[in-house]
Amino acid sequence: MRLDIDFFQEITDSLTRNKRRSLLTGFGIFWGLFMLLFLVGGGKGVKGMLEQNFEGFATNSMIVYADRTTKPYKGFQEGRDIVLTTKDVQRLKSMIPELATVTPEVSRWGQTATVGSRTANCQVSGREAVYAQIQTPDIRYGRYITEEDVRQERKVCVIGKRIYQQLFPGGGNPCGQFIQIGDIFFQIVGVDYCVSNVNISGNAQDNICVPITVSQRLYNFGDEVELIYMVGKEGVKMVTLEKRLRSILAREHIFDPTDDDALEIFNSEQIFNIVDTLFRGLNFFIWLIGIGTLLAGSIGVSNIMMVTVRERTTEIGIRRAIGATPRDILVQIMMESSALTLTAGTFGIVFSVFVLNLFEKINMQDMHPSFQISFTTAILVELLLVLLGVLAGLPPALRAMRIKPVDAMRDE
Amino acid sequence: MLIELKGIHKTYDNGQPLHVLKGIDLSIDNGEFVSIMGSSGSGKSTLLNILGILDNYDEGEYHLDGHLIKGLKEREAADYRNRTIGFVFQSFNLIPFKTAVENVELPLFYQGVSRTKRREAAMQLLDKLGLANWAKHYPNEMSGGQKQRVAIARALITHPRIILADEPTGALDSKTSVEVMDLLGQLNREEKVTIIVVTHESGVANCANKIVHIKDGLIGEIELNSQHHASTFDKNNIK
Repeated sequence: MRLDIDFFQEITDSLTRNKRRSLLTGFGIFWGLFMLLFLVGGGKGVKGMLEQNFEGFATNSMIVYADRTTKPYKGFQEGRDIVLTTKDVQRLKSMIPELATVTPEVSRWGQTATVGSRTANCQVSGREAVYAQIQTPDIRYGRYITEEDVRQERKVCVIGKRIYQQLFPGGGNPCGQFIQIGDIFFQIVGVDYCVSNVNISGNAQDNICVPITVSQRLYNFGDEVELIYMVGKEGVKMVTLEKRLRSILAREHIFDPTDDDALEIFNSEQIFNIVDTLFRGLNFFIWLIGIGTLLAGSIGVSNIMMVTVRERTTEIGIRRAIGATPRDILVQIMMESSALTLTAGTFGIVFSVFVLNLFEKINMQDMHPSFQISFTTAILVELLLVLLGVLAGLPPALRAMRIKPVDAMRDE
Repeated sequence: MLIELKGIHKTYDNGQPLHVLKGIDLSIDNGEFVSIMGSSGSGKSTLLNILGILDNYDEGEYHLDGHLIKGLKEREAADYRNRTIGFVFQSFNLIPFKTAVENVELPLFYQGVSRTKRREAAMQLLDKLGLANWAKHYPNEMSGGQKQRVAIARALITHPRIILADEPTGALDSKTSVEVMDLLGQLNREEKVTIIVVTHESGVANCANKIVHIKDGLIGEIELNSQHHASTFDKNNIK
């Protein structure tokens, strides 16, 4: 036997002889592969979407905000409002050396920003320059708030992506222009294109960031801060700081340090861990389902090849009688099964790439998550197909090999 | 001697042991045209299967061209079947989804002959057998005689020393039977191919130069038949 056109002709001949059967058998593989890759790509895309929500957000950060006490403490009744102040920021900075950054925020919701005749709804957040270490801004134009802005209480602002798009539909650099928020004019110094959804004070795209000193004064917050953001130093586990943080603030504001509701602590590390574990689990199930479907498909191939071999007993007997070695027969059946598996599987890959591409084209809330499977995955899956084809072909090929040439004459 | 059988025994054991060949001694020389005759169940097909290395035997010795054929590896057996022996079957046994020429060149495919050479040899042979116009036709588009001639071409393509034919006229009418037998006779005379035909028809057997009668698993009479008027039969008596 030689490897020439006829060798492949032999394989395609027997596969195309029963087109519908080959097609239906191949469909099992096609669908299995499509399911696998579609789920893998889909999972990746959903994960990407979720990750974009956290984009630029420090993974080892903690956010604390005060609420109402639920336990009586040292003669105070429960139900007392706790208010954090700028002093608490200083206190945390000096008393917890593991923290790299501690920075406060105050926000005003439901504000209207106006430039000329255009308006946009926004929330105004007063922040410090170091906030950039909590949530890395994606500065498109200009700059972020600086320490000077904060110290000198300059009426400057950095606007979010959607606000920029609404107020400046023509595009261009808006820095230096003035924007009216409520009754007050602010000079735009930067545009932040960050699309993250993490910050507690709403979506970054709808946010206008001003120096905290300015907003504290303008909106009568006085010394009060709403949120305190913290980022740990490299390698610090934020969870371990929680208890100390509670006791420091409890001592200052006189509430029970075990009163978890008095002080809400949001630990990004935990959230990231949860998301990570979730997707690891999801991925496991995706591969389980995908490989399962693919396996079912290849068992189908094996089954059909088994039937085919039985049907072709005479033909195989004739081949043996005119000089085919058992190895020739083995190779032929294995090649048939591999060819079927590979062709169907390749169509599956192509189709899933096509569908995933459609998904990428759909613009989801200004996000562009990557659904597409990687080239390496495709190659890996292709190799998996070869393996499956060979494995699926093995039992029928072994049966075909056992057909004796006398069987060719026994059909009468 | 090309073929030498000594005390061949064969027992089939399908639930009940069936002693089919009970000590066959037979020698066939190069270039002979032999027919093996017997009624059904006499063991003639079993004998042919053993001669063609399609089946193995239990006892005795079978020498083919001086080589002992016993316990051969499948690969060696396949090689003998491919190069030394050509088969012609009663039901033609052409592969239905291959054209005549593809059927004829199949043995060469397993020999590893190149594509163009295969095609060339097969076309030449079909041409010689008057089937050149039918080369691209599928077996179901041909008559029985044509199919059997294609089968003979397939048997001949590897230039075998021996052609084994198992009831080659079994599925043919009398006219095409004569044609096929004439063709085999001609191959024997002109190409010096050793031909062994198994049949239960005396008219067919009569075409051979030597008739081996087999009965109940034993060789009976061996008739020399160079004049082709053995017993009461002659060629006009086919069927």
